Amino acid sequence: MLNIKCPYCGDRSQKEFAYGGDGTVVRPQLNQEVTDEKWDEFVYLRKSPRGKHIELWHHIAGCRQWFRVQRDTVTHEIFKTAKINEEIK
Amino acid sequence: MSQSHRLNNEGLINRNKEIVFKFNGKKYIGYEGDTLASALLANGVHLVGRSFKYHRPRGFFGAGVDEPNAKLQVKLNNHSEPNVNATEIELVEGIEATSQNCWPSVEFDIGAINNFLNKFFPAGFYYKTFMWPKSFWYKVYEPFIRKAAGLGIASIEKDRERYEHKYEYCDLLVTGSGPAGLSSAYSAAKNGAKVILAEDKPRFGGSLLIDDVTIDNLSGKEWADKIITELKEMPNVIVKNRSQVFGYYDHNMMVMFERTGDHLKDKPKHTPRQRLWYIRAKEVLLSTGSIERPIVFGNNDTPGVFLSAAAKEYIKVYGVLVGKKPLIFTNNDSAYETALEFKKQGIDPIILDTREEQSSELIDAAKNQNIKIKFSHAVIAANGYKKVKSAQIGKLNKDKTGFENNEKIDCDCICVSGFWTPTVHLASQSGNKLKFNDQIDAFIPDKSKQHEISIGASKGTFTLKDTLEEGFKIGFEVSKNITKKNNSTSTPNSNESKKNSHDKFWCSPMPKGKNFKRFVDFQNDVAVSDIEVALREGYRSIEHVKRYTTLGMATDQGRTSNLNGLQLVADVEKKIVPQVGHTTFRPPFTPITIGTIVGREVDMEYMPTRKTPMHTWHEKNNAVFVDAGAWKRPRYYKQGKENLFEASKREAKNVREHVGICDVTTLGKIDIKGPDAAEFLNRVYTNAWLKLPVGKARYGVMLREDGIVMDDGTTTRISENHYHMTTTTAQAANVLSHLEYYLQIVWPELNVNVVSTTEQWAGAALAGPKSRDVLAKLFPNINVSNEALPFMGYIEGDLFGVKAKIFRISFSGELAYEINVESDHGLFMWEKMMEIGKDFNIQPYGTEALSTLRIEMGHVAGPELDGRTVPYDVSLEGLVSKKKDFIGKRSLQKEAFNKADRQKIVGLVPTDKKSTIPEGSHLVVDKNAKLPNPKLGHVSSSCWSVENNNPFSLAIVKDGKNMIGKKLFAVSPLKKTAIEVEIISSHYVDREGKRVRS
Repeated sequence: MLNIKCPYCGDRSQKEFAYGGDGTVVRPQLNQEVTDEKWDEFVYLRKSPRGKHIELWHHIAGCRQWFRVQRDTVTHEIFKTAKINEEIK
Repeated sequence: MSQSHRLNNEGLINRNKEIVFKFNGKKYIGYEGDTLASALLANGVHLVGRSFKYHRPRGFFGAGVDEPNAKLQVKLNNHSEPNVNATEIELVEGIEATSQNCWPSVEFDIGAINNFLNKFFPAGFYYKTFMWPKSFWYKVYEPFIRKAAGLGIASIEKDRERYEHKYEYCDLLVTGSGPAGLSSAYSAAKNGAKVILAEDKPRFGGSLLIDDVTIDNLSGKEWADKIITELKEMPNVIVKNRSQVFGYYDHNMMVMFERTGDHLKDKPKHTPRQRLWYIRAKEVLLSTGSIERPIVFGNNDTPGVFLSAAAKEYIKVYGVLVGKKPLIFTNNDSAYETALEFKKQGIDPIILDTREEQSSELIDAAKNQNIKIKFSHAVIAANGYKKVKSAQIGKLNKDKTGFENNEKIDCDCICVSGFWTPTVHLASQSGNKLKFNDQIDAFIPDKSKQHEISIGASKGTFTLKDTLEEGFKIGFEVSKNITKKNNSTSTPNSNESKKNSHDKFWCSPMPKGKNFKRFVDFQNDVAVSDIEVALREGYRSIEHVKRYTTLGMATDQGRTSNLNGLQLVADVEKKIVPQVGHTTFRPPFTPITIGTIVGREVDMEYMPTRKTPMHTWHEKNNAVFVDAGAWKRPRYYKQGKENLFEASKREAKNVREHVGICDVTTLGKIDIKGPDAAEFLNRVYTNAWLKLPVGKARYGVMLREDGIVMDDGTTTRISENHYHMTTTTAQAANVLSHLEYYLQIVWPELNVNVVSTTEQWAGAALAGPKSRDVLAKLFPNINVSNEALPFMGYIEGDLFGVKAKIFRISFSGELAYEINVESDHGLFMWEKMMEIGKDFNIQPYGTEALSTLRIEMGHVAGPELDGRTVPYDVSLEGLVSKKKDFIGKRSLQKEAFNKADRQKIVGLVPTDKKSTIPEGSHLVVDKNAKLPNPKLGHVSSSCWSVENNNPFSLAIVKDGKNMIGKKLFAVSPLKKTAIEVEIISSHYVDREGKRVRS
């Protein structure tokens, strides 16, 4: 079970969180022309990297904030967590 | 009843407390402090089980977690547990143990014929033999194998014991209380660290209890007692015995299994039987010690063959002799300690040492005691079937590939030592790649992957002095990094016998013309010959050899067999062990009970139960409940001898004719506030929301980004910047997360806040032509006329002093209202409605009637919004705005979603107007067509239409409305039905929607 540092609440057990997938996906703006390829990429296509991965987590049993986590998909090491409006690279 | 093999003085057992127990129906006596194994051995009982495959007689081999043979069925306190390690379970008054895997008895086991047929049970036996004919597998082979090769019998009764879970946090978790564990825990604790020290056994001290050593001029045990006493008094330390850390998970999450009640005869009522600890440790010190490995020889599985350290432990801890004519067979010095312990008890052992004649502190001590030592000798084979009677021994030739002679020597036990294997399981579980150390012929941990450090014997440090130095040093250093304190503790002086290096001899050669079984893995019955067969047949990877032969795959995880197995593969393949590599260790280290894993999450506590404020009323009025997620909802209210069908029909009919009341508290409710709330809803829902006036509700549909309908419900504009959203019961949590996602990540510029208010409001739906009459009496001061409160209108009112929200919305298709009051007043509201509604024939209705009403109206719900339908599929195209953008809109352009013949919603009636169509039935043209019969669609919801008095269903069918008027078959192979149906509109009642507006 992972130990995740919520940027608002601090270290908490994985049990309190829900996983939210790739944290680098950007939704196309509303009312803009979007090509089929771009839209499919946004809706369906995700990378499954071995190693560092920036992902979204949601503190559902806590502050209910979404935030980003940089995690190693092999070792599960968590390098960084950041609020949505903060940089994470 | 005498304990024939019990010593008078030695041991840590309590001789003042006799314990009576049963084994295979016979009564025995042991002492408090015994294990089941030590008590049986004290009574001279060796034969305890039959082996897994060949049903060979087996006895005790180890004295703890290393035991591969003595797995018993144990009955205590009315629960019966299979596969219990007799060497680990403490003796408790009333224990009834029985042997497993033997019939009719352990003394005479018919399955032992397998032993004589062993040519037919080679490696890979199961793969080879039972492949043909295929149909025989389920009916003949598998039941037979299960019966023949079974372990114990799992109880089919409910487990009435109590199990608990506990969470703990610490700076330092120390796993094992031997010299390494005690010293590191002590020095870390002294430096202010929060320490948990876990010991698997009932007694602390590990090897200090059995080794002849001194620390600070105290015996090993005295020193261990002193340290433990001190640790127990420190507020920053938790000391736990009977507690095994069995799993190493991510981010230093350690899982520990504590036997809290198994050793108690009269367990206090609320003491759990076992407890599972989740420990998040900043650092873990693995002081798990080492396990002696055997030397392989002929018939080495005969009862009476022991690990030499186990024999010593039986003497020192339990005061039990495993034999009175012991033969000690060793390749190193440590077995000499066992020989000396026997000698102390007046027993004359014989030592066979595979090494050439040499001298060391221990060898000299043995010589001084006149113990007979035969150097360059090995056991060829044990003689005796159910018990060792003698041994064939021989002098090894120069390169130790054969024997120069063969001699029979009388003995009643063989204590074998093939040197020591560090217990690296937890280190391996942490992700640590092990490395081979050829000084000790075993794997030790390499670089740490998580925050763990192995110390002492578990990393191959085999001398007491080095272990203590390591323990004190590492305990201090690790704690210093955490506590930032600098109180170091000095290492005490210690004394133990110096030992010579061991001999890399691990398996006795087979004399020409002999064919003894030489076992590597006792628990899974894997012999040297089996591994040789696997290699001959081309298996190379150790992982494949393991699976093909089942080497090391038993519940003992190959604790005594792994390295010998690897050694054998290396020898045959002419490699060295590190090239062969090792298999993966996985949790749990030893078997743990399912009850412990489950903990308190059983029965009522399996998941939370959500009850509405009106629940007690429903109970009193014969509601039959149904689970809706965690909620309990009335499915119907039983009157007299009614069944579900009759009751739901009555309830639905009463709504259509008079008025019904339904508890709708479980609907998800989300409060939405902020200046941008309207804009937000406009993006979330498919229809237009910017112009909804205050005091009006609107039905809305929301999509996922892939265009699939996510949820539907009504949202009401309470005031300028305040909306009240409702969701379906099932999707309430998902919708909230969905809204939060868009507000926090995608459109943070929108000034909107959302919060769940599901629990804050109790809701009741009043539905039926008489609902307005009831409402008028409930709120005499409010004008509830159709003009003042039209369909989709909203007003607030005072319900006999309680503030109420009145929504004119309808799920049933009738004139209907939903009234919300604060939860605390829910029951009051409900009772008032029932009281006032009496004059209008009010009746409560449950979810079954609710479904009937919505199905015949053609209102879609969960079965239609099943994660596969877009709005066009379920007659919701009118709600899809062409003018504005919203979540998922771009996906609706997809070709597949716009195909003319896409499966869409329709209604169905059986042509006989009688047969109810099972939900899930497939719609086909020809009910007798060959499989796979082309499927045109499926039945999503079925009911008995109370309006038309015949069955009616909703279905999703290819070509949708264009099929209206056609006939198909609804087939359900599961229910064995094939019903002819006519396709009609999905709106079976009040197509124009007049009633809701009346």
